[in-house]
Amino acid sequence: MKHKYLVGVYNDDDVLLDAVTQVRKEGYQMHEVFTPFPVHGLDEAMGLQDTRLHTIGFVFGAIGTLFALTAMSYIMSIDWKVIVGGKPFFSFPAYGPISFELTVLFASVGMTVVYYIRNGFSVLRDAEILDPRITDDKFVMAFCLKKYHEEADITKITGLLKQSGAEEVYVKEMENELEANLIKKDGGVIVESHHH
Amino acid sequence: MHYTSPIREPLINGNKSYHDITEDISRSIEQPPRLWWIALLVSGAVATVGVLLILYTIWKGIGVWGLNKTVNWAWDITNFVWWIGIGHAGTLISAILLLFRQRWRTGVNRAAEAMTIFAVMCAGLFPLIHMGRIWMAFFIFPYPNTRGILWPNFNSPLLWDVFAISTYFTVSLLFWYTGLLPDIASIRDRTKGLARKIYSRLSFGWTGTAKQWQRFESLSLVLAGLSTPLVLSVHSIVSFDFATSVIPGWHTTIFPPYFVAGAIFSGFAMVLTLMLIARKVMGLEQYITIAHIESMNKIIVMTGSIVGIAYITEFFVAWYSGNVYEQWVFIRNRVADPFIFGPLLGVEPAPYWWAYWSMMTCNVLSPQIFWFKKLRRSIVVTFIMSIFINIGMWFERFVIIVTSLHRDYIPSSWTYYSPTWVEVGIFVGTLGIFMTLFLIFCRYLPVIAMAEVKAILKVAGDQYIEKIAEKEKADKEQTYLGGANLAGALHDKDDK
Repeated sequence: MKHKYLVGVYNDDDVLLDAVTQVRKEGYQMHEVFTPFPVHGLDEAMGLQDTRLHTIGFVFGAIGTLFALTAMSYIMSIDWKVIVGGKPFFSFPAYGPISFELTVLFASVGMTVVYYIRNGFSVLRDAEILDPRITDDKFVMAFCLKKYHEEADITKITGLLKQSGAEEVYVKEMENELEANLIKKDGGVIVESHHH
Repeated sequence: MHYTSPIREPLINGNKSYHDITEDISRSIEQPPRLWWIALLVSGAVATVGVLLILYTIWKGIGVWGLNKTVNWAWDITNFVWWIGIGHAGTLISAILLLFRQRWRTGVNRAAEAMTIFAVMCAGLFPLIHMGRIWMAFFIFPYPNTRGILWPNFNSPLLWDVFAISTYFTVSLLFWYTGLLPDIASIRDRTKGLARKIYSRLSFGWTGTAKQWQRFESLSLVLAGLSTPLVLSVHSIVSFDFATSVIPGWHTTIFPPYFVAGAIFSGFAMVLTLMLIARKVMGLEQYITIAHIESMNKIIVMTGSIVGIAYITEFFVAWYSGNVYEQWVFIRNRVADPFIFGPLLGVEPAPYWWAYWSMMTCNVLSPQIFWFKKLRRSIVVTFIMSIFINIGMWFERFVIIVTSLHRDYIPSSWTYYSPTWVEVGIFVGTLGIFMTLFLIFCRYLPVIAMAEVKAILKVAGDQYIEKIAEKEKADKEQTYLGGANLAGALHDKDDK
C-alpha cells in the first residue's frame, strides 16, 4: 500500500521555523520536518516531545560505575587476594581510574546503541528518501494525507505552506510509512502526529 | 550606553550557499585529485615495510630491538605515548570546543577525529608488540578464565591504561561515526548505482527528520560531556605509567597535567601538518581559513608554554628537593651539554644532551614566535612550526623514558641505548599506516562536517558577517544622530 504525503519545500531554515509555528497556530500538525542540519528550536516549534536519551546515558553510566567497583572489589579482596607492594586488598583509590573509564564506556556505548535502535539505524537499512535535496539544502515539511484526507484541509494546508514561503508544494507517494512522532499538546497531553 | 562586541572573522569565505557547501566538500570524493594515488602508493609502501617489520619482530622476538636490561622501555613506548598524544587534539576539538561553543571547530573536527582514531590504532600497536608473545595479548583483559583463576592487577597503572585506551578508542569511534551519518547521507543522495548502495548502507538509513536531529543533538552533547574528562583522563593515566614508579625522572606529581598539555600541543601540530596539506590539495581554503589556523596556533602557544613551565618546574623541584638521584637525572643525564651548561656546572656532558636540547628548542623556544599575529597567520611559518613540534614532542617522550633509565642506581648497569633498524622501521611504518588510513578517509568520506558547517553559515559566513557589520555601523550612526537631535532639542528649549 502506498502512503501519501503533502510536502512543502523551503529554502531557508528561518523561514521554515516561522512556517512551522504558523501552520501549527492554524491547528494543523505536520507529520514530520526534514532538515539538512539541526535547526535550533525546531523541535519546540513542532511540539516534539523531549528526548529521554540523556537519561538513558545516565542509567548506563551508573551501571558502569557500579559494575566496575563491585567487580574490582570482589576480585581483589575476595576472589583472589594478592599482596601487591604491601597495599591493602581493598584499595579503593586505585579503583578510581578504571571505574571512571567504565562509566564513560558504558554511558557512551549504551546511549549510542539506544540512539541507533530508536532511530531504526542499521547497516541493513536502505532508507526510502522523501526528497533527495533534504540532505543538501532544502527544508521539508510533510503532512500525512490519511490524517488530512478532506479536500478542504488539503487546500487550506497548501495555501498555508505557500503563504509561509514554501517554494514548492507537492504530493509524494511512499512505499513505507514515515514513523510517527509523539507531539506535546497544551496541557501536557501527548499525541501521535499520525492519523490514528 | 550601547556596546557592540567586535565582529568575529568569518569562518566560511566565498559567499557560500548551503548547496555550495555540499558541492565543495563532496568534490574531493567525486573527483579525487590525481595526487591522491601517488600519495597512497608512497604511504602504502611505507606501511607495508612497517607491517613486515612488525611481523619480523613477532617472529624473532623483541631481541631484534636495541633494548637491554637497563633500558627496557625505549622507542616503542616513546612512539606509543607520542601517537596517543597526537590523538588528543581530535577529542579536544570535537568535545571540549563543542562544550565551549567554539564555532571554528566545525571546519576541522571531522578530520581531527579521524586522526584521533588512526593515531590511537598506531599507538595501540606498540604495547602489543612489546609484549613479545602477542598471541597472549588477551591476558590483559580481566575475564573468568581457566588459568587458576588468574586476574590482572587492578592496582597497576598499566592495566588502567588498557581500560583508558580501549574506552578512548571506542568512544572516539562512536562519536566520529555518529557524526558522519548525516554527511554520508548527503553523499548517498548525490550518487548513483553501486556507490549509492554502499553509501546508503553506510548512512545507516539517516533521513534527517526533526526527531533524528533532536536525538543527535542530545547524544553529541552528552558524548562531548563524557569525552571531555575522558581525554584528560587518558593522558593522565598514560603519565601514571611513569609517575607511580620510583625511577628518578619519572616519579613526578606534575606528570598528569604536563602530559595532557603536551598531548594537546602535539595533537594540534599534527592537525595543522595534515590540514594545511589537505586544504591546499583538496581546495578547501574557504572552509579551513586563516582564522582557523590562527585559532589553532593560539592553542599551540598556550599549551607549548604550559609544557615549558612544566619542564622548568620539574628541573627546579629536582634541584630544590636536594635528592641526589633526581639531581643526577636532570643535570648529568639531560641538561649538561658540552658547550654551555656542562662547563658552567663543571660536569661531564650528559650522554643524551642533544635529545634534551632538541626537545627544549622545538617545544619551548620556537613556538613562542606565535605571540606575533603576523607569524600566527602565516601558512609557511605554521607548517614549519608544526613539523618542529611533532619532532620536539617525540623527543620529549624519548627524554623522559630513555634518559631516566639508562643510568640508574647501580653504575655497573649503566649503558647507552641506540635503536636498531627494526625499531626505526616500525616507527616510520606506523607513519605510513597512519597516512594510508587518513588518505582512504579523505577519498571516501567527507573531510569536513557538512551539516555542522551549514549550521554555522548564518553566523560565520562572510556574506552574513558583512551584513551584521553594516547593520551595526548603521545602528551606531543612528545612536549618534539621535544624540545630536537630542542636543538640538535641548538647545531649542533653551532658546525659548
